[in-house]
Amino acid sequence: MFQALMNIISLWALPVILILILTIGLFRKVPLYETFTDGAKEGFQVAVNIIPYLVAIIVAISMLRASGVIEMAGNALAPLLHYFNVPADTIPIMIVRSLSGSAALGVFSDIAHSLGPDNYATKLAAIMVGSSETTFYVLAVYFGAVGISKLRYALVVGLIADFIGIVAAISVCNWMF
Amino acid sequence: MNYIFYFLIVVSIIAGAINGKLTDVVNAILSGAELSVKVAFSLIGIMAFWLGMMKIAEKSGLIEIIAKIIKPVTKHLFKEVPEQSPAIGDIAMNFSANALGLANAATPIGIKAMEELQKINKDKKSASNAMCMLLAMNTAGFQLIPATVIAVLIGIGYKNPTEIIAPTLLVTSITFFSAITLAKIFEKFWKPQKGDK
Repeated sequence: MFQALMNIISLWALPVILILILTIGLFRKVPLYETFTDGAKEGFQVAVNIIPYLVAIIVAISMLRASGVIEMAGNALAPLLHYFNVPADTIPIMIVRSLSGSAALGVFSDIAHSLGPDNYATKLAAIMVGSSETTFYVLAVYFGAVGISKLRYALVVGLIADFIGIVAAISVCNWMF
Repeated sequence: MNYIFYFLIVVSIIAGAINGKLTDVVNAILSGAELSVKVAFSLIGIMAFWLGMMKIAEKSGLIEIIAKIIKPVTKHLFKEVPEQSPAIGDIAMNFSANALGLANAATPIGIKAMEELQKINKDKKSASNAMCMLLAMNTAGFQLIPATVIAVLIGIGYKNPTEIIAPTLLVTSITFFSAITLAKIFEKFWKPQKGDK
């Protein structure tokens, strides 16, 4: 029942939004085609504006991932996290999820396939990946698009919130499973 | 960010040398740079599409209607943004798209909101309080249904993948409210922008 409802929502959310935008536009006598193409013109420029910011962040993060430092940090953290009943397999996700969404999803996928559906680590990893967003990527794209290079407290807030998210995921998973 | 940028690169090189992975680290520069351009270019089409749609929504007054509905919430979160700015409606649309898991729509709309906030920003190089708040909302990654994760769980034969939804929603809500609260607290204590009192 719930799953069917969920499927309907994820299938229809986008079409409904489009119909809403276009229908209201038509009723309010907005020249749809002209206005659309006028707005869409900026798409290219915005994407190009983002490139320098993305290069800075993605290159630095790619280097970090290639250096093996994430595994080193994971090994250093393992004894501490073991104390809180956190399986060692999930540690790379905690470190990598603010840096790279595809890497976090990759690690989760590995855990799920190698440990199977009934494992606690699979559940914890699923919750951690499902509840997070790649802070550094969002930062580069959103601020890059408008040329902001002085971040003020934006990154600090993002990272503290990520940390709270990890603690929350561990606590909730401990409590529910 | 200056320190983080320095830290990321220098630590990578040192750790790479210790682990004997220096070649990989150097190769990562090229692959990372290529990936950045790929990511940016893959955004062009969908960005154009949503910027076009959002222009229609703005001209028809839909964005204004949405802004009016959520004003009671946003007027506390985005104090400096004037009521007639389309930013508020864009922010609401960005949040809704994120919540529904429509990442392809959420990013272009969020960028549109950033552009509106940049128009009223006093120092074009530095992030205004409103921009930091919008970023906090987005980095928290609030969404109702973690569709990608569920797809992986179904793939490995997880019996009841929907049981992951409730705990994930709880965690993502905690993160989201922490991010907003933190942004509000930092707004008070952080050094104000140039030209601000």
